[in-house]
Amino acid sequence: MVGNLAEQQPTAGARVDVVDVSHRFDFDGKALPVLNRVSLRIAPNELVSLLGPSGCGKSTLLRLVAGLETPTIGTISADGDRITGPHPSRVVMFQDPTLYPWRTVKANVSLGLEARGLLRRQAHRVDEALQLVGLTQFATAYPHQLSGGMAQRVSLARALVNDPKLLLLDEPLGKLDSMTRMTMQQELVALWQRSGFTGLLVTHDVEEAVFMSNRVIVLSDRPATIKADIRIDLPFPRHRGDPRLAELRRQILGVLGLDTDW
Amino acid sequence: MSSASLTHGETNLADFPPVQQSRTGFWFIGLIAATAWCAAALVIGGLPDIDDFERTGLLAKIAAGIAGTLFFFAVGEQITGFTTPAKLRNAGPWLLLTGLALTAWELTTAKYTLLPRPFFASPQALLEVFTDDYPRLGDSVWNSVRLLAGGYVIGAAVGFSLGVAIGWSRAIGYWAHPVLRLIGPLPATAWLPVAFFAFPSSHNASTFLIALATGFPVTVLTWSGVAGVNKAFYDVARTMGASQRFLVLKVAIPAAMPSVFVGLFMGLGASFSVLVVAEMMGVKSGLGWYLQWAQGWAAYANMYAALLVMALMCTGLITLLFRLRDRLLAWQKGLVQW
Ligand SMILES: Nc1ncnc2c1ncn2[C@@H]1O[C@H](COP(=O)(O)OP(=O)(O)O)[C@@H](O)[C@H]1O
Ligand SMILES: [Mg+2]
Repeated sequence: MVGNLAEQQPTAGARVDVVDVSHRFDFDGKALPVLNRVSLRIAPNELVSLLGPSGCGKSTLLRLVAGLETPTIGTISADGDRITGPHPSRVVMFQDPTLYPWRTVKANVSLGLEARGLLRRQAHRVDEALQLVGLTQFATAYPHQLSGGMAQRVSLARALVNDPKLLLLDEPLGKLDSMTRMTMQQELVALWQRSGFTGLLVTHDVEEAVFMSNRVIVLSDRPATIKADIRIDLPFPRHRGDPRLAELRRQILGVLGLDTDW
Repeated sequence: MSSASLTHGETNLADFPPVQQSRTGFWFIGLIAATAWCAAALVIGGLPDIDDFERTGLLAKIAAGIAGTLFFFAVGEQITGFTTPAKLRNAGPWLLLTGLALTAWELTTAKYTLLPRPFFASPQALLEVFTDDYPRLGDSVWNSVRLLAGGYVIGAAVGFSLGVAIGWSRAIGYWAHPVLRLIGPLPATAWLPVAFFAFPSSHNASTFLIALATGFPVTVLTWSGVAGVNKAFYDVARTMGASQRFLVLKVAIPAAMPSVFVGLFMGLGASFSVLVVAEMMGVKSGLGWYLQWAQGWAAYANMYAALLVMALMCTGLITLLFRLRDRLLAWQKGLVQW
């Protein structure tokens, strides 16, 4: 199933340094502080989960790392270079697939290559990416003809075709049904293991965070600060029934202040 | 990886149109319609006219021809074994109604003076316009289409560009918005006196007016289409290295196309009415002028013929635009069928 797109990449993932970042938005004329002095170092090829209550600033941090917005205070750099804007080596996959409805599946996946004028030379990468997510058959379908899970797979292929050094995932599985979700969690981990990218995964699902990542960063309520930074040194593939995962999950829920309810 | 297992179960490509019913066998309505047209032919050819109409014979032959064709399709299926086209079958009730209507119209206007003449023209008088005055009528259609196309294309192109510019650039929006609000809602025909004075020829003036009438809705709807584009679409393209140019041409414009087409339809409707007024008021050619000329001579049959041709022209152009939209927006679900 996994094509050579994933295997032919010797490139290492990016190292990310978030240094003393604070951010605020203008909201109704008032300043809304969202991030408060967040510092974080992500090593190359790590898969880090960002966990925190809804509205605490997880997506904001992700957008800052993507370069879609600039932090009010502090710096973020990738491999030592300061991030000042978006770059194709850092691709975001959003909660909604945000496929262009006027483009076929294949044309959607081609987007990044087309935007950079590489489509003619690297057209084969599009087919490889489609094969990687198992949607070769649906290359000519339009997004309205896809199910939620398929659409999110296309979105993943569209990100991977750019050969990112940093893949930013903003609750990419948040809207999927639980079965599709579990399958895609496994697929994402397998993909990350085979290819060379650093992953930053925003999620509100503790289970997902401990199952998928090497490290879980727990954020506080808004304005977000880092409450806990937990390493998960278990080998992949992991098993959902593993008692060590259950223990980690309990520990993280404790940090979130939810342990008594569970 | 287990992706293949799920992808098959999720196939969702079942957007098929309802199956066309292909009825076969004896076409009963067809036979009745054939009878109605036969009656029309007999009335037209058999009864004496109240006036010396020149095309009574031709009209009778046409009616008889239609009756024969219908009869052939109604019963021919049993004999020759081919199938009647579904579209024709579907039109059966309409064919029956038109046969009856023609008979009634013929009786009331050409055979007995039941309706006041000359305002109620007879069918053969209308036919005579087409057989005898076709050069002038054809010329008028050609002139109308040319004038309309020129103005419409200019108006649509300017409106589209302006709409994209306003939707994209805050600065352009700042200057264009008040002007658009003040001038846009003004009916284009209000500019008629100014335009005929300001432009060197009435043709130019009319082109300007048609462009104006088309341009306003196209501008507003293109603008609103561009302004309404999902912001996440831009984020996606930006993270993948898209330039501003790419964002406009490959994201904003395609996303705005459904709205642009609404504007194009509204603009086309507006352009029709400006065309007719402009032709009646200034340009001495085209269907609007023909209408007015016919009215001046109390040539009512000519007037109806021109109206009919105009209706066909307008519906033809709308159909053309629908076809274009269906082709460009095939990705959209649930498009209105014309
Ligand atoms: N563009 C924006 N303008 C103003 N406020 C924003 C903007 N984006 C996010 N916010 C606010 O910032 C806070 C954090 O948002 P977000 O990062 O999306 O939270 P989450 O952790 O759920 O992803 C929320 O209160 C939200 O209302
Ligand atoms: Mg969020």
